[in-house]
Amino acid sequence: MTTSSTSPRPDSLRPGARERGGLLVEGVTLTLGDGDATVTALDDVHLDVASGEFVAIVGPSGSGKSSLLAVAGALTTPDTGRVLLDGVDISRASAREKARHRRDRIGFVFQSGNLIPALTALDQLRFALDVAGRRAGDGHDPRELLDRVGMGHRAGHRPHQLSGGERQRVGIARALVTRPAVLLVDEPTAALDRARSDDIVTLLAHETHESGVATIMVTHDHEVLGHCDRVLSMVDGRLSE
Amino acid sequence: MFLAWRELVFARARFGLMGGVVALIAILVVLLSGLSSGLVNDGVSGLQRLPVTAFAFAEGTKTDSAFSRSTVNVNQAEAWKGRDDVGDAAPFGNMLVNAKATTAAGTQVPIDLALFGVDPGSFLAPAVSDGAGLGDPDGIVVSKTVLDEGVGIGDTVVIDRLGTRLKVVGTTGDQRTFGHVDVAYLPLRTWQQVRAGAGPGDEVRDGAYEEATAIALRARDGDRIDLSGGDAAAGTTGMTLKESFSASPGYSAETSTLTLIQVFLYAISALVVGTFFTVWTIQRKHELAVIRAMGASTGYLMRDTMIQATVILTVSTAVGFLLGVGGGTLLTTTPMPFALEAAPLVLAALLLVGLGLAGAVAAVGRIVRVDPLAALGGQR
Ligand SMILES: Nc1ncnc2c1ncn2[C@@H]1O[C@H](COP(=O)(O)OP(=O)(O)OP(=O)(O)O)[C@@H](O)[C@H]1O
Ligand SMILES: [Mg+2]
Repeated sequence: MTTSSTSPRPDSLRPGARERGGLLVEGVTLTLGDGDATVTALDDVHLDVASGEFVAIVGPSGSGKSSLLAVAGALTTPDTGRVLLDGVDISRASAREKARHRRDRIGFVFQSGNLIPALTALDQLRFALDVAGRRAGDGHDPRELLDRVGMGHRAGHRPHQLSGGERQRVGIARALVTRPAVLLVDEPTAALDRARSDDIVTLLAHETHESGVATIMVTHDHEVLGHCDRVLSMVDGRLSE
Repeated sequence: MFLAWRELVFARARFGLMGGVVALIAILVVLLSGLSSGLVNDGVSGLQRLPVTAFAFAEGTKTDSAFSRSTVNVNQAEAWKGRDDVGDAAPFGNMLVNAKATTAAGTQVPIDLALFGVDPGSFLAPAVSDGAGLGDPDGIVVSKTVLDEGVGIGDTVVIDRLGTRLKVVGTTGDQRTFGHVDVAYLPLRTWQQVRAGAGPGDEVRDGAYEEATAIALRARDGDRIDLSGGDAAAGTTGMTLKESFSASPGYSAETSTLTLIQVFLYAISALVVGTFFTVWTIQRKHELAVIRAMGASTGYLMRDTMIQATVILTVSTAVGFLLGVGGGTLLTTTPMPFALEAAPLVLAALLLVGLGLAGAVAAVGRIVRVDPLAALGGQR
C-alpha cells in the first residue's frame, strides 16, 4: 500500500513543517501480533511535531502510545504510511539504515532511565557519543550537558548510586548529547513522585526549546501537561487533539 | 571498546570467576602436556634419538608388540641396502633385561635395561658424551639416566639368570629410554648371545648370530622410503619410526589416555566460556536492547563482547600457564616422567584461547537477535 492511497489530512500539517525541520508522521497504521491475535496498535495516525515543539500524548494503557514512539523512532516498520524526519522518510529504511538514523537523528528517553549499570553518569553520555561515532566537539560537551541537567555533582556515580529522578536526568542528557533532531520520551515520570515528575518535565520542556529538538512525550501523568506545547490523546490506536 | 573495558572492571567478580576457571584449566593443561611429553620421552626417547627413518620387522609383525616379537635375518639388511631410497640399513637388536650393577662403592643396584644391539661400525652406533664408544664385546654405552641410579663408567653390570658380565664404557649425553627403561647399547654379537640365552661359556645355538629384531633403515635424503616396495623385495614388514613408537610397551595406552583428557579439558574450557558469555548476554538483554535503540550496530556490540572474551582468555591462560610452568619446573626435578617443551605448550595455549573464542562466538550470536524494540516499555 502506498501513502497516496491513505487519506492525507492537510489540516493537520502545519505549513512549512518540512522546511522548518521536525517530525512528520503520515497515515501510519501498525498491526501487531500474528494469526487470530492481531491488534491494530496504530490506526491511520497523523502527527506533525516541529523543531523546538514539545508534544505530549496521553491515553489509556494499550492504546498504542509506545507503538507510536517505536514507529517514530525507527524501531518498527509501519504497515502503511511514512515517517519523515527533516523531510527524509525513515520508515522504509533497512535495519542497518534505521540504526544509523537512530544514532544520528533520534534520542530516546526511557521509563526510569534505562542507564547502563557499568557506566558512571558522565560515561553514559560519552558512551552515547561513542555509539554515534561522534568526535569531541561534534555533539554536546558531556560535562557541560550534565551540569545543565543539574547532574554535574554526580558525574562519577553509577546508576545504582542515583535516585530515580537523577537517573532520569542523566537519561535525558544522554539522549540529547548527540544533538538529535527528535526526542522520544516514554513515560519519564512513571517511577517518580509529584515534585520530581514536575522537575523532569520542566527540564524536558526547557531542553526542547533550548536545543530546538522535536519532542514527543508519552505520559499517564496529567499533572505535568501544563509544561507541554500541545497535548494529544490516543484511544484504540487513533490520535486526536 | 568504550563499554567493553568498563564492563570488565565493573563486573570483575563475575569475569574473574570465569577467568579463574580458565586459569585452573590452563594449569591442568600445562601439567598434562608436561606429563605427555615426559611419558613420550620415557617411552620412546631411545627410538627417537636413533638416526633411523624406519624399521623393517619380520614379515607379518603386528605393531603393538613388534620389538618383542619380531626376528629378522641380518642378511635382509642387504636387500634393503640395495634400494635406491635407502641410504643405509643395519640390523638392530632390542630386548628388555633385568640386571644388577655393582658400583664403584661396591653396592649392588638392581636395574632394568633395554638392550639395543647394534654393530659398532654401523650408523646406529651411539655418540658418547663421556667415556668410550662401542667396540669391546662386553662394553656397553648407557643412557645418561642410568647415572641417576648411582651406576657410573667402569661399573660392572651382570644380567640376571644368564650371568653375562658387561662393563659400562660410556654414556650418551641425553635421556634414552624405551618403555620407561634405560637403554644400554651393546655390540650386536653380544646382544645375539644374550638373546639366544647363552651365558658365559655356553654354546651358542646355530643361527643365533644371524638374528636381529629388525633392520633399521635410514633414508637416502629426506625421510621418505618406499616401505611396501622394500618389504616385497626383502620379505619384511616396514614401519616408519613414528609407527614403531606404538610398539614401545605401554606407549599407545598412555598417550591416548592423556590425549583424551586434554581433549576433554579443551572442550570443557570452550563450554565454560561459551556458557558464561551466553548467560552474560541473556542477563544484559535489556541493556543490549537499549544500546541498539541508541543506534549501535550489531558489529559494535559483537566487537565489545569479543574484546571482553579475548582479554579474559588471554589473561587467564597466561596466568594459568605461568603457574603451571612454575609448578611443573618443580616436578621435573622429581623422578616423575615430566618434561616442559615449548612447542606443545604454545600449541596448548593457542588451543585454549582459540576454542574459548569459538565458545564466545556462539554466545555472541544471541546479540543479533536482541530487538531494540524491547528497550521501550516498563521493565526496569
Ligand atoms: N509484540 C506485540 N505483539 C502483539 N501485540 C502487541 C505487541 N506489543 C504491543 N501489542 C499490543 O498493541 C497495543 C498497543 O500497545 P502499546 O504498547 O503501544 O500501548 P501503550 O499505549 O504504550 O500502553 P501502556 O500505556 O500500557 O504502555 C496493545 O493492545 C498491546 O497489547
Ligand atoms: Mg507503553
